[in-house]
Formats: sequence, structure tokens, C-alpha cells
Amino acid sequence: MLSDEEIKNWPEAGTATTAPVIRADHLDLTFQTNDGPVHALKDVSLDIAKGSFVSFIGPSGCGKTTFLRCIAALEHPTGGSLTVNGMTPDEARRARAYGYVFQAAGLYPWRTIGRNIALPLEIMGYSRAEQAERVARVLELVELSGFEKKFPWQLSGGMQQRASIARALAFDADILLMDEPFGALDEIVRDRLNEELLKLWDKTEKTIGFVTHSIPEAVYLSTHIVVMSPRPGRITDVIESPLPKERPLDIRDTPEFIEIAHRVREGLRAGYEE
Amino acid sequence: MAEASDPKAGATAGTGWPRWLRLPPVLGMVLALLAIWYVAVVPMNVKEVLTAAERAGVEVSPPSAVDRRDMGNWALVLRNPHALGDSWSSDRPKLPAPHQVLVELYDSTIDEELNGRRGIVRSGTLSNRSLVYHALVTLNATFLGFLIGALLGVGLAVGIVHSRVMDMSVMPWAIVSQTIPIVALAPMIIVVLYSIGVQGLIPKAVISAYLSFFPVVVGMVKGLRSPDAMQMDLMRTYSAPTASVLTKLRLPSSIPYLFASLKIAIAASLVGAIVGELPVQKGGLGARMLAGSYYGQTAQIWAALLVAAALAALLVYAIAALERRTLRRMGMMP
Repeated sequence: MLSDEEIKNWPEAGTATTAPVIRADHLDLTFQTNDGPVHALKDVSLDIAKGSFVSFIGPSGCGKTTFLRCIAALEHPTGGSLTVNGMTPDEARRARAYGYVFQAAGLYPWRTIGRNIALPLEIMGYSRAEQAERVARVLELVELSGFEKKFPWQLSGGMQQRASIARALAFDADILLMDEPFGALDEIVRDRLNEELLKLWDKTEKTIGFVTHSIPEAVYLSTHIVVMSPRPGRITDVIESPLPKERPLDIRDTPEFIEIAHRVREGLRAGYEE
Repeated sequence: MAEASDPKAGATAGTGWPRWLRLPPVLGMVLALLAIWYVAVVPMNVKEVLTAAERAGVEVSPPSAVDRRDMGNWALVLRNPHALGDSWSSDRPKLPAPHQVLVELYDSTIDEELNGRRGIVRSGTLSNRSLVYHALVTLNATFLGFLIGALLGVGLAVGIVHSRVMDMSVMPWAIVSQTIPIVALAPMIIVVLYSIGVQGLIPKAVISAYLSFFPVVVGMVKGLRSPDAMQMDLMRTYSAPTASVLTKLRLPSSIPYLFASLKIAIAASLVGAIVGELPVQKGGLGARMLAGSYYGQTAQIWAALLVAAALAALLVYAIAALERRTLRRMGMMP
């Protein structure tokens, strides 16, 4: 277990020359429930640098999803400060700072894949021509070209989730927030989507916040792994990955990978043992 | 790259039974009902039939009509099996036999229009004695009432979903409105509207709308609230204005609920129009039914009832067809 002081002084994610895109400082979030207050987040401090891939891992109730939702201004912290691109989360949302990918694809069954991806563009008032151009571009990015006219039920679960990622990318937000996006998929599909997500991250240079339950997924994808523990939800460890940016799937058998995975597992266990 | 895109499993329609296998159960049910009807005709009409037989010189027991009056119908049937031959062809039956109703139906539709003095063939306009004319009168009020009711229902539902005040104030009144028996309320509506100079089609349509807005409100409130928390969150991440959430998420999500409500609403509209025609003897199936009961013409009532039932079935079927078309066009049905 780390002291608060150590966590606060943790080396900033990414290179020191860029200002953090997301900065949380002593963030608290307490839900008032009938059974008394629940401390979903307690004293969470974290900087996320531009272009980094940050995974949040921890058992249920550790606040990893809540933290992501705070960044997206879907929840509002009860204490501390949180800035996204130097703005409040609400302002950042209005400035279209992020795209959000949920655990379920959540495509509208009455819209084709193309029109689903165009949904945020319609709401944000892009012209027809620009919508078409952007839809084609992001479909290619997630390798779904040719499926534009299909309805969601005609696609497999993995393809639906890729479409939902395309939808989040369509309006060019710099930040991509993903809440267990592959949690409902089988392991083989998940492996492939992980590989594709890394390529996509490399091509688009987005800053990605990624919530997961899976240790190998977190280690494989991330530049920084944030280990969290529950009651109250807090950060117990932040691991900077020494793995190279180029990561074939078999990197998971290397000693470095296993070493990091071990450290994540230790961090999770420490959280449990209190 | 391409993962298999297999069609949805639920593509086979309904029970998966071939169409012709669905016919025997329906047909069997109809035959059973007809059989029960024919049997019921005998005890229902026994007193009149025995009186007529007695006049014709047949010996019936007991011989006095006064004695028979206080006896049970089934007892009379059992004591006079020989004198019941006219049960299915009496002039003024309490319960007409099915074929009598069908004859009346034919007489008051096809025969009246083709051969009647006032029929469409001789006069060029529909006869006011024909059920075709009266059905159209009722249908007019039904459609207008349905239109008003459906629009009012959708409007109220949108208000209820978006405004807490409306949710708390409108919904209880909508529920209370449906607890008042429409037969009691309909004459009041007609009288009140008449006193401010509104008569004819409008009062009937108002009664129709009164009955049909409710299922639409209930169904649409549920439908507009059907998007789950995740879908609402997605809209929030786009900072979508309320109008966008309504048009792009809530309304499309509510379509299946809307059609379920519309099917109930159109049948209720028909009932409303008929009830609205009862107090005003100015045409329509309701007027026909009441006239039939004034003059003891039960076959006329039954014929009007059959036409009303057929209309209701047709209207509900039309909505179902529209539903299939719409859902298929929206891609929500294979």
C-alpha cells in the first residue's frame, strides 16, 4: 500500500513536457444512499498525459467506472478538483472533448451502421456531406467498410462494438473513454479487438481511458495501469509500462509482460487484504 | 476480417406453424360457437314459439300461457319437444338464429343497395336503411375521434415524460377519466356540446377521442421512457438537447409501444362512436342497434353488431399491417 504522499508524487504519465490532459486532484465522490453514504471515490489524484493509454483496473466497487464517468461529466464529484483539457468536465463535454464507449455497443436497432455512426454528427450539426465523409473515414478506421448499410442485428457482437467505437471517434474528440468495452465478448474476439485498438490508438494518437477487469488486457494495452481498490474507492498503484509501443499479441509471453502482470496482481491483492 | 453476419434467429413468423394448420383451430372454434348459438335459440324463444304453436292448434303443455309464463325455459323445452320446430324461424325471436341474422345482414346491405328504392343502384346514393351507409357514418366518427385521441395521447405523453408537474397532475386525471362509465358520460357530452352549437360528427368524435387517448397516453409514456440508462448517458455525452433526445431516441424507441396502443385505441374509438350514436338517432350503427331494440327487431341488432365487430377486426388488422410495414422499414423487424 502506498501513502497518499507517494501517489501524489507519482511521476506524471507520459512525457514531462506536455501538460496533463486530465488532472484529478484529491477527488472525492460520495453517494448518499438509504444505507448511509457510500464513498465511491476517496482522495483520488491522477494526471493523464496527452497521448497516453491509461487502464483502470480493480474489483467491482473500486470506483474505476465512476472515475471515468466523472471525467465524462456523467457523475459529479463531491470534493477535490477535476479538469479535462484545462476545463471543468461539463465544459469539456460541451466542447466535445471526448468520445465514450460503453460496455454494450448500444447501437440503435432502427438505424443502419452508417446512420448510427452519424448520430452524434447529426446532433452536433455537421453537414450531410461532412457526415458522409466522416462516417466513411471512421468505418475504415475500425475496418468495417462495406457494412455501412447493414442493420446492427446483422453484425456479430464484436463488429457491433467496433461500430460503437467508430461512433465515438466520428467527431474527432481527442480523448476516448472506454468502459469495459470488450467485457461482454469472448476471449478470441477480445484479443483481436485489443490488437486493433492498439493500432487505432497509434494511428489517431488519442488519449485513452480504459476500464477493465482483465489483467492481461490492461497490461497489453496500456502505457499506464492504474490499480484501484474498493471501500472507499481509491488508487493503490500506478504502473508505468516499460513495454514498447509496438506490441504483437505474443508479447504477453515475455518476462517483462509477466512481471508487470504480477505487479498488477499484487496491487489488487493488497487492496483486498485490508 | 468479416465475421459471419447471420440473420436474426426470430425470422420465422409467429408459431412457425404452416398457414393452413392455423385454420382448423379457428374454424373449430367458430363451429362450436355456432352450435352453442343454435342450441341456445330453443330455450330463449320457447315461450313465443309455444304460444304460436298453440294458436296453430298444436297441443302444448301446460296449455295455459299464464302457467307457462312462470315456468323455466328448459322445463318447457323438455315438456314440448314436438312443438319446437319453429324455434329457428320465429318472426320476433328473443334470440334470432345465426342464419336469420345472416339473412337480415344480406337484406340490409347487398339487397337494400342493389334492389331497394333508395339503394345506390336506383338512387345513386347509399340508402339510409342500409348497414353500409350506417357503417360509414360510424367509421367517419371513429376515424376523426381516433385521430384526435391519438394526437392528444402522444402530446400528453411527451408532456408527462418531460415535465414532472405534468406527470403528477395529468396522469391521475387521465386514469380517473376512464373510471366513469362512458354510457353515462356520452349523453352529457352531447348535451353540453349541443348547447354551445356543436352537433353532428364532432360530439361523436369527442366521445371516441375520450376513449382512445388513454391507451395511447399509457403506452407512449412507457415507450418514451423505454430507452435504458446507457442510451440516455450516450445522449448526455453528446450534450444532446432535449429535442434531439426526443426525436432521435425516445420517439423511435416508443414505436412498438405506440402501435400496441393504437390497436386498442382504434377499437375503443369504434365503441365510442357507437355509444355516441345511441342518444342521437341520426344514423350510424349505434342508432341502428337502438332502433332495433325499440321495435323488437333483434336480428337487426345482431346484424349491426356483426358489422361493428367486423369493422373493429378490420381496423385492428389495418393497424397491425401498418405496424409491420413501419417496423420493417425501420429495420426493427426482418
